[in-house]
Amino acid sequence: MSSGLATVAYIAATILFILSLGGLANPETARRGNLFGIIGMVIAVLATVLGPRVTPAGYAWIIGALLFGSVIGLYAAKKVQMTQMPELVAAMHSLVGLAACLVGFASYVDTSTVFPTAAEKTIHEVEIYIGILIGAVTFSGSVIAFGKLSGKIGGKPLLLPARHWLNLAGLLIVIWFGRVFLQAESIGDGMGPLLVMTVIALLFGVHMVMAIGGADMPVVVSMLNSYSGWAAAATGFMLSNDLLIVVGALVGSSGAILSYIMCRAMNRNFISVIAGGFGTGGGTPAAAGGAQPAGEVVAVSALETAELLREAKNVVIVPGYGMAVAQAQHTVFEITKHLREMGVNVRFGIHPVAGRMPGHMNVLLAEAKVPYDIVLELDEINDDFPDTDVAMVIGANDIVNPAAQDDPASPIAGMPVLEVWKARTSIVMKRSMASGYAGVDNPLFYKDNNRMLFGDAKKMLDEVLVALKA
Amino acid sequence: MRIGVPKETADGEKRVATVPDVVQKLIKLGFTVAVESGAGDAANFADDTYRAAGAEVLGTAAELWATSDIVFKVRAPSPAEVGLLREGGTLIGFIWPAQNPEALQQLAARKATVLAIDSLPRQLSRAQKMDALTSMAGISGYRAVIEAANAFGRFFNGQITAAGKIPPAKVFIAGAGVAGLAAIGTAANLGAIVRANDTRAEVADQVVSLGGEFVKVDYEEEGSGGGGYAKVMSEGFQAAQRAMYAQQAKDADIIITTALIPGKPAPKLITAEMVASMKPGSVIVDMAGEQGGNCELTVPGEAVVRHGVTIIGYTDLVSRLAKQSSTLYSTNLLRVTEELCKTKDGVIDVNMDDDAIRGLTVIKEGSVTWPPPPLKLPAPPPAKPAAAVPAAKKGHGHGAGAPMSVKGLAIVFGLGALAFGFVGLYAPASFLSHFTVFVLACFIGYMVIWNVTPALHTPLMSVTNAISSIIAIGALVQIAPPLDGSAADRPSGLILALAVLALALTAINMFGGFAVTRRMLAMFRK
Repeated sequence: MSSGLATVAYIAATILFILSLGGLANPETARRGNLFGIIGMVIAVLATVLGPRVTPAGYAWIIGALLFGSVIGLYAAKKVQMTQMPELVAAMHSLVGLAACLVGFASYVDTSTVFPTAAEKTIHEVEIYIGILIGAVTFSGSVIAFGKLSGKIGGKPLLLPARHWLNLAGLLIVIWFGRVFLQAESIGDGMGPLLVMTVIALLFGVHMVMAIGGADMPVVVSMLNSYSGWAAAATGFMLSNDLLIVVGALVGSSGAILSYIMCRAMNRNFISVIAGGFGTGGGTPAAAGGAQPAGEVVAVSALETAELLREAKNVVIVPGYGMAVAQAQHTVFEITKHLREMGVNVRFGIHPVAGRMPGHMNVLLAEAKVPYDIVLELDEINDDFPDTDVAMVIGANDIVNPAAQDDPASPIAGMPVLEVWKARTSIVMKRSMASGYAGVDNPLFYKDNNRMLFGDAKKMLDEVLVALKA
Repeated sequence: MRIGVPKETADGEKRVATVPDVVQKLIKLGFTVAVESGAGDAANFADDTYRAAGAEVLGTAAELWATSDIVFKVRAPSPAEVGLLREGGTLIGFIWPAQNPEALQQLAARKATVLAIDSLPRQLSRAQKMDALTSMAGISGYRAVIEAANAFGRFFNGQITAAGKIPPAKVFIAGAGVAGLAAIGTAANLGAIVRANDTRAEVADQVVSLGGEFVKVDYEEEGSGGGGYAKVMSEGFQAAQRAMYAQQAKDADIIITTALIPGKPAPKLITAEMVASMKPGSVIVDMAGEQGGNCELTVPGEAVVRHGVTIIGYTDLVSRLAKQSSTLYSTNLLRVTEELCKTKDGVIDVNMDDDAIRGLTVIKEGSVTWPPPPLKLPAPPPAKPAAAVPAAKKGHGHGAGAPMSVKGLAIVFGLGALAFGFVGLYAPASFLSHFTVFVLACFIGYMVIWNVTPALHTPLMSVTNAISSIIAIGALVQIAPPLDGSAADRPSGLILALAVLALALTAINMFGGFAVTRRMLAMFRK
């Protein structure tokens, strides 16, 4: 295949990737979008393999590597549970980061690339340096994120003393070694600074994600998504490959926008999320001391909950991470189906940061076969709460906290919340009275029209379902 | 604040300014409500129902006026009532400031704030809910047909019975405003043949839509005078119109006239000769009785028989349907109150920057503000900018809500220009072409991603993740590149190992990412 033909194939692949992302505008076109992505990837890989820059000597290696990867990838994709999606995505990000590092190193030691001018050589080296930097941060950050999401590492943020200074020092060292690296005479001389930088970048990635609390994980996951894109773009610059640049930029901006949406949904500044320190558990509740909620917490049984649901005309279910943990989505669907058959209008209200990654709840409900047209966004459903008879909150806390609106001193003040307390009755399912990730007490629990259903979400919902069918 | 509802004192006035249902809603807005005993009797609202709705019932008018901050009335206040109004109080009701300049002066002397429901700028589409003239006109149009039917000796609808064939009544309606249209609809529903005429040609469609037939005047002139009223027409037109009316008078069994021109006596459309030319037993309902009547022979307020034709000049058609008209009128006043009290805390704010309230207000704290300045409005009903902004913001996706401030934008552009300038100065051409591609791709990504529905954010992440394994290409080109022998010291073994490892890793991502996305998307269903 000629180099012209390969370039044209790359353009086709680029268009297919853009269409693929565009297809996600709604669920009907999304499936086709994914297909476009696959076709684009096949075209890109084939064009490269058959193109002028790969000789037949490498075919065996390529096929071997692809086969190896495909077996593992497809197996993981088949076996993963929908509640584990955030972990899977984080793990995959780490692979992209690691690959970017490896390609960077390989490119650096490759002496076959010839540069007509010194400036171009310098730029190429800067690209390698930055590419490896981003790749390493993505890799180690994603590994830690994976650990936190899968519960292997505690969800609480690890706050080292003077952590901002540590980060700053790391940055300065990276810049300093960057200078040394560019001035290096031979590849051997340059390898030292490059490795030091890589180690610092890895540590930085670990430190960054360790400092972020569990409630902020949606931001971290989407941010790492963005980084993996920038890593690909940097690799593209390194290898002078426009396809890599375009795709990297697409993925990078996609992740950046997702991070922005998540931050806005929590009314948080992006910088403050990255700097960490939110959701520390201690400290923050005391700040809200002045507005300690007063009133009685009224507990109900599963039987009474079923009674309330049966008499309702309009029900809104607000799921949170607790539903994912308890794997209760299928029972939720059974209850929904039953209520809908009885003529009750059941809908779902999804907060943008419910769960541990963007859109987490939607995927879980979709897995349980809940039709997506009754699953609504915060903006779409919030006005309907006054006409709602029962709002059922399953394993969510901060996203339904009225303090975000009423109490300017609250750490979550100004965060958009689902106004479940405006419903005639709200039922909150929780394991205990513990506060949410933000460590803020929830005045909702003490409201007159609120009922608490304590216990494991799955177990309680099963009981509700039995009572409903009785 | 306290709202007072006195009993209407005008002769024959049976309406009441507030009904019990509305009392409840006013209380919800934060007001307290007092009603004069017997205020609703004529409209079949007993004192007890007011009490049940939460109003206080007071024995005398004097007590009520003295304790009320705001007084709701139907008719313009009599001089005695003006005397009762508390100094600095607020009065809302029909005032007719053009016809009652003295009352206006008296009210101003009391330092009152007066809102005349008849001065509402009716061309504002948002004012429609407050438009008492329209709601009252609709009732009077209905009642006019009922009065005509009462005085008319025959059926309205045509029937063929065993006792013989009955022809349908022919009704001619002059003036197709709100009252006229209501009359057309009512008469047509009773089965009559309805014809109607209006100087404004644009109402022809409305007449037809209600089951009437529009009769044209054989003369070219547009008669729309702004604000939904007709204007005075030219001599030539009036002659042609008279000829047409004379023609209709001979043919029709019932004539209902509704022609009014604001601030002027009603036009004399039906002359004495036309009445004489009508069939005996015919009926004329002159709804313009209060402004002198459209018929030369009308006696305002009475039903008389002239040349064998019953001429009904009642001026209290609305009052004859007191329960209905009180209900609608009090709802109009409730809407006005809502506009005045947007904070729902029981305190009114007469905001003169609001076009609707500016029009309504004829006296503000003792200074006469009538007539209001003309509204700066285009001919078609204006769009609602206030509603459009949040709508645009919602939409699908998220879009950047409000545009960035000029200062913020300037800073962003400044920094951008600086960065681009730097790159342009120092970077070689080969880098710049890649840089162009990169920047454009970022923008495409930005545009495309905002359209992704939030429900699909997880699939978005997994698909972008799969796509980012395009980095495989980087590994592919390193595995076995065509070497020209110039770089003999290339550590091919090491590079091969790194590249193959990288390729294997990205392959996991590539296949796994697309497969899991596919699996997820397959679950989304309606």
